[in-house]
Amino acid sequence: MATSKKKSTATSTRLEVLKTFKLYIGGAFPRTESGRYISEETHKGEFVANICRASRKDFRNAVVAARKAQGSWAGRTPFNRSQIFYRMAEMLESRRDSFERALQERAGYTEKKAVAELDATIDRLIWYGGWADKYIQVFGNVNPVASAHFNFTMPEATGVVTALAPQKAPLLGLITALAPVIVSGNTVVLIVDHDHRSLAIDFAEVLHCSDLPGGVVNILTGYREEVLSYIGGHMDVDAVAAFDATPAEKKELGVEAAENVKRVHFFETPKKDDWTSDEAQSPYWILPFVEFKTAWHPMAF
Amino acid sequence: MATDYAIPRVPSVDRVAADERAARFKSRSIKTTAKAAGLHLIISMIDLTTLEGKDTPGKVRMLCRKARQPLKGSDCPTVGAVCVYPPMVPIAKEELKGTDINIAAVATYFPSGQATIAERVDEVRRTVDAGANEIDMVINRGSFLAGDYGRVFDEIAATAEACGKAHLKVILETGELQTYDNVRLASQMAIDAGAHFIKTSTGKIKPAATMPVTLVMLETIRDHFLKTGKMVGMKPAGGISSAKLALRYLAMVKETLGDAWLDPDWFRFGASSLLNDVLMQLEKQRTGRYHSDRYLSMS
Repeated sequence: MATSKKKSTATSTRLEVLKTFKLYIGGAFPRTESGRYISEETHKGEFVANICRASRKDFRNAVVAARKAQGSWAGRTPFNRSQIFYRMAEMLESRRDSFERALQERAGYTEKKAVAELDATIDRLIWYGGWADKYIQVFGNVNPVASAHFNFTMPEATGVVTALAPQKAPLLGLITALAPVIVSGNTVVLIVDHDHRSLAIDFAEVLHCSDLPGGVVNILTGYREEVLSYIGGHMDVDAVAAFDATPAEKKELGVEAAENVKRVHFFETPKKDDWTSDEAQSPYWILPFVEFKTAWHPMAF
Repeated sequence: MATDYAIPRVPSVDRVAADERAARFKSRSIKTTAKAAGLHLIISMIDLTTLEGKDTPGKVRMLCRKARQPLKGSDCPTVGAVCVYPPMVPIAKEELKGTDINIAAVATYFPSGQATIAERVDEVRRTVDAGANEIDMVINRGSFLAGDYGRVFDEIAATAEACGKAHLKVILETGELQTYDNVRLASQMAIDAGAHFIKTSTGKIKPAATMPVTLVMLETIRDHFLKTGKMVGMKPAGGISSAKLALRYLAMVKETLGDAWLDPDWFRFGASSLLNDVLMQLEKQRTGRYHSDRYLSMS
């Protein structure tokens, strides 16, 4: 399934074209190396598709892709990153009908709720895109020092981040998790573990045609507990952004992450799981994934 | 053309079969203790290489220290050799004093080989005198492709003589030889002319080492051994940057030539970034965590 239920007029003898949902790694759509899958069903129990069940090796490959892409992504101008965010929003806007339909057919959303989620998703992309060339001004500082120096403190991207996407809001949750991470120049490996994983791969197609360089966002569908210890322990992951983490997951991530002192930030779930609310976005959500650098420069008189 | 050298009659190579056979080695799964043993063996077979115009004495010193101790606190072996340009040989000799790590140098006007035979042989003598005990020479591909096989043979033979006790590795630059038949012919000529090793590439052009080309060269070595009883070494170089791929090469060597060639004296990898990938794999095996090359020195 996983296609529109609308039939074309001359399709009585036409074979349905089914979509294969794969992972999104390094700007490509590979199958999971494990060969395993998860059967996804609609809220009514109808079969949607077999979704890739990502393994630790898929995670390893995604981290390699993210690391490769990180330097050049962080090296782009903030203005350019904001333009790409806007382009993502444009692409999503142009496909909003199919996403609204998918939310209704697969996740059981009402039309009103689906429209609201699309609106919030697109708006949040543009909102974070706007922060790309502003957060440095807001969070950076010119420090008063007792010598003849200019002294600046500025935030810079921390590197490769793994994000555990929210388990509700199958589309908006993705943006909520990845936008504050990548806006500053980080790259991200997004782990999607909820009942409607197919939407994440649909969304990857939007990313793919949004001028977003391959490897900046990598999306793995599967079970978060299967890769959790590898996320925490991976020496090339600099930070973790965790949404909807259970106490046991928090403990495991914290223990494993201590090995290379990676940052782990647990985000609060908004009241009533309302991911469209302003509670679910903040410029302060950019801060856990930046590092502050202070530079001294001699004054010239 | 040399009057006493007859162009060898070599069997033609079935390209499809060679490609298919080489592809089969990619399906081998080498895990746990066998993998660890393979990774250690790979390290001992690496010719740790720096061949860039921007090479400095400092970089060569750093590379030599990595060759002596690839990973601090680990039991991994030293590499097979350090491979540098001739002017860097004295620096490598100083840094590797007291070790059994070989010093390889690319002589004969590497990488093009476009010089007179006298100039090329003279460079080899000077490089050996400076302390290199392995010489990596390039064949004159222009002469080979023009059909001037005698000149190619003569140059290799003259270089072998100039090497004295130093081992000679003959680089065919297979990426420029166009066909597997040419690779097979050039391999046989190099062996006939006195090569201790035959080597795929300079690493300066693409494609460099590929599994099918290496297989063709290994089969030439095998057939020569079956005919004469003499062993010749093999060195694929360029493009082998992952431990996984290097393990596949080892499987190919074992199944084509046998265990006797699974030895740094008879098989080498010309590489630089391969070493760190192997070290990361060993650390993964030791700690259970995926490692990062940010914690390793550059190579």
